[in-house]
Amino acid sequence: MLRIRCPWCGTRDEVEFNFGGESHITRPGLDADDALWSDYLFNKENPRGVHYEHWLHKYGCGRWFNIARDTLTHEIHAVYAMGDPKPELVEKIAGD
Amino acid sequence: MHDHKGWPAAWRSPELKKNYDVVIIGAGGHGLATAYYLAKKHAVKNIAVLDKGWLGGGNTGRNTQVTRSNYYWPQSAAFFDHSLKLYEGLGRELNFNVMLSQRGVLTLAHSVHDLEGMRRWANAIRINKVDAEILTPAEVKKLVPMINLDCRFPVHGGFIQRRAGISRHDAVAWGFARAASSLGVDIIQQCEVTGFNIQSGRVTGVNTTRGTVEAEKISFSVAGNTSHIAKMAGFRVPITSMQLQAMVSEPIKPCLHTVLTSSVIHMYVSQSDRGELVFGGGADVYNSYAQRGGIPLLQENVAALLELIPAFSRLRLMRQWAGITDITPDTTPLMGHTPVQNLYFSGGWGTGGYKAIPAGGDTMAYTIANDRPHPLICDFGLDRFESGKLVDEGAASGVAH
Repeated sequence: MLRIRCPWCGTRDEVEFNFGGESHITRPGLDADDALWSDYLFNKENPRGVHYEHWLHKYGCGRWFNIARDTLTHEIHAVYAMGDPKPELVEKIAGD
Repeated sequence: MHDHKGWPAAWRSPELKKNYDVVIIGAGGHGLATAYYLAKKHAVKNIAVLDKGWLGGGNTGRNTQVTRSNYYWPQSAAFFDHSLKLYEGLGRELNFNVMLSQRGVLTLAHSVHDLEGMRRWANAIRINKVDAEILTPAEVKKLVPMINLDCRFPVHGGFIQRRAGISRHDAVAWGFARAASSLGVDIIQQCEVTGFNIQSGRVTGVNTTRGTVEAEKISFSVAGNTSHIAKMAGFRVPITSMQLQAMVSEPIKPCLHTVLTSSVIHMYVSQSDRGELVFGGGADVYNSYAQRGGIPLLQENVAALLELIPAFSRLRLMRQWAGITDITPDTTPLMGHTPVQNLYFSGGWGTGGYKAIPAGGDTMAYTIANDRPHPLICDFGLDRFESGKLVDEGAASGVAH
């Protein structure tokens, strides 16, 4: 059971949240070729280690936020707002 | 009777050589089968299969042993039925009893619309020349007398593939390992790949925890670590890795004579030859490499099973575990060439790689030996995400996605 700290509601069980997948994906320009476009649409970082991802507190405040979570240990290293850059502290932890 | 003394080694444990014609990363079912068919059908003799752990210790040893070919799209049905046919002769092929039991896989419908969809699915399967048969609720009850038809989501019928069934997953790994080893394949366990040697876009070898190995060709089949190995080789893949749980009950007398599955309530269950109920359901919803599985999903799996067969509520759970499944956007596997020359891969098997082991090995061996995709897998390449020719296979896991 993940225990996730919603920035607005506090720490709650994972069943209150919806997983939104990888964060910090940048949409390419309209002049992107097929390779760049398919990379944007389909390819994933999917790291064995720290993953930057967004969650929705569906059965709570109904708001999205980012977390940095280790996919091997499930430890959550940081919680940060949508639109914020990847937190630097976590970059040092990421070993993968 | 020898009191379990004097068992000879089933495969050799040689030292890693400096040079091979083909190096295969991952000694699971797919890797071992690929090595076996390369040696048997394509006369490649100098092959190594490397594994960071022990052979058959990844998803090959963690799945629920189901084999079926009830797929919707013609490409999928052709591939998976080839696999089922190979399973039907696998015991003789490997001289190793894989305990294939074609007890059928029964998929339940829980509404009128569900049943309509199932008729379409079953018809498509039959057009694909694979057996499928629609059952009425009474026929379902006859097959599974303990079932509660009038449960929270009442059973409106179902369809069965009678040639489908279960086999013993360890035996499949051991059988391919023994047969490959006797054809001269070096199986190197506890040898982790740490990087590739790539020169001018062409792979020439791998670095491992036991030293550097040169190879003409390299292939990887590392379910649960496909993104990780691809990243080492410098390319990205459309894969999300998630935990799929399974669990077994204490053993009881034979009471369930088919594999029962439901995509609506997300549950599948069969009874092993030892008498344990083997069951599971959906995957945990977030990326993970943790191989343990969360409690909320475990509860969902158990609740779904007990709603359908309330008598099982008296049983104790004995073991619970998880494997890491590499899910692709269209739930069809990724097989064949990579962007790196002479580097091939087989991955993205999601929740259903076990049933594909013999065909996966057979077609990858052809692909590696001939440097072109086997006709059965030419639609399963990485390039489909650029061309847009996806194989959107909703039947891949047999449960809803």
